[in-house]
Amino acid sequence: MNVLADFYAAHSKLIDQVGIDALLALSLSISLQAGQLALAQAAFMGVAAYISAILALDAHWSLLPAMLVAALCSTIVAGLLALPVRRLRGIFLAIATIAFGEIVRIVANNLTISGGAEGLSGIPADATTPWIYGTLVVVSIALWLFSRTKFALAIALVREDENAARGVGVDVGLVRFTTLAIGGTIAGLAGALYAHSNFFITPADFGFGRMEQILVWCVIGGITSPLGAAIGAALLTILPEAIRFLADYRDFVNGAILLVVVLFAPQGLAGIRFGKRG
Amino acid sequence: MKAALELDGVTIRYGGVQALANASLEVAPGRVLGLIGPNGAGKTTLINATTGIVPLSAGRVRLGGATISGMAPHRIARAGISRTYQNIRLFGALDVFANLSAGAFARPGRLDAAHAQALLERAGIRHLKLDARAGALPYGDQRRLEIARALAAEPAILMLDEPAAGMNPTETAHLVDTIRAIAASGIGVLLIEHDMSLVRAACDNVVVLNFGEVIATGTPDEIVADPAVIEAYLGTESV
Repeated sequence: MNVLADFYAAHSKLIDQVGIDALLALSLSISLQAGQLALAQAAFMGVAAYISAILALDAHWSLLPAMLVAALCSTIVAGLLALPVRRLRGIFLAIATIAFGEIVRIVANNLTISGGAEGLSGIPADATTPWIYGTLVVVSIALWLFSRTKFALAIALVREDENAARGVGVDVGLVRFTTLAIGGTIAGLAGALYAHSNFFITPADFGFGRMEQILVWCVIGGITSPLGAAIGAALLTILPEAIRFLADYRDFVNGAILLVVVLFAPQGLAGIRFGKRG
Repeated sequence: MKAALELDGVTIRYGGVQALANASLEVAPGRVLGLIGPNGAGKTTLINATTGIVPLSAGRVRLGGATISGMAPHRIARAGISRTYQNIRLFGALDVFANLSAGAFARPGRLDAAHAQALLERAGIRHLKLDARAGALPYGDQRRLEIARALAAEPAILMLDEPAAGMNPTETAHLVDTIRAIAASGIGVLLIEHDMSLVRAACDNVVVLNFGEVIATGTPDEIVADPAVIEAYLGTESV
């Protein structure tokens, strides 16, 4: 037990970050399963992070209500974003959602309430490891239950062929809206936990770099597998620490892994591990 | 008794091009209506208009007396119209069972393995394994799986867009039996097909389109003897 306690004491920050990153990967995975390259997860995360931080700092809310309200707000933001982009596909959807993310970052950079470029500090660090992994477990169970519904089948059908999906009675617009909104909820939970486990947040925490990370986790793990995406996030969050001895070559190794997976295992780690197709 | 499909004066214009001009027809429950004509005559456009993929420029589509034109494609599918595609549009990365489940998406409840097997039997592909990947099946099996998927919706109307394309004569002969059995279950079938032997064997009535206009309607025997149809489509040696 002492070994475990020592390990946790030495790596608690990394362990917490793995849980939060796994949530972020799950949030994007939902949209990718529907074939939507909607890249606004960092923005949803940021919205929720700021709202939960402001509620904690200015209104002295505790973690749970602040997190729930923040996730609700990020869900609404995702739903509002889903409306204007509902007719966009592929690269056009990606560009539009990235642009939205940049708008959110710039707004946070310029508002007084969000602390401008310096961000907010002094956020209560009450998102402990049990909170983070408890949330991850709840979200995972919810997604597992969701995967057993007919709506999950509709998501797969939309990814495969939107027109054929319409032909069997699937409301493609509803699928696209719902997947983005669910992704907004999960990213919001991750954002609130991030704010409450990092003491301070700045707009740079929620920019394109973060979004790029989340996408890479999903590609490495498997874009149609939530489990794969979460594993990809965990591995790539741990990897930089595990290869710290490589110093400046760490980014090179990260890039090489991505290249190898895309070239030789386009289904990601989930495809290798479980032989999963589609 | 299932509902009848009625097209009344359906017109489709793409800019200055008129793909369908005042087309009217009726698909009755338990009957097979053939839809033939040269390439570009507007046959697939008629199916796309009926299923809501293409908006109508004029006219009306009714199912069981209720107007369905103007409804979203998924609502029309839920109302009871299923279709297959000229170019097969199975969910190729998914397995046979998932494709059949997709077909039953609009129905209450979940498809079970026994029902899925019954659908395969109905489409003449009982040999298929439910966990086989749809995109890896032989071409003829994919065509029939598309029919099975359409039947999974328990439709009032089934629209088949060149279902025999790419099939050999034996498979085509079996397809006639399949289509007749589907109609015998009370479903109205609209069959687009170029193979006149299939049309004559499977259809109760035939509508002929040319340049978007209905130029003839009648029984298969009447159609093959119609001079206007012979000149526009069949030619003098095809019958």
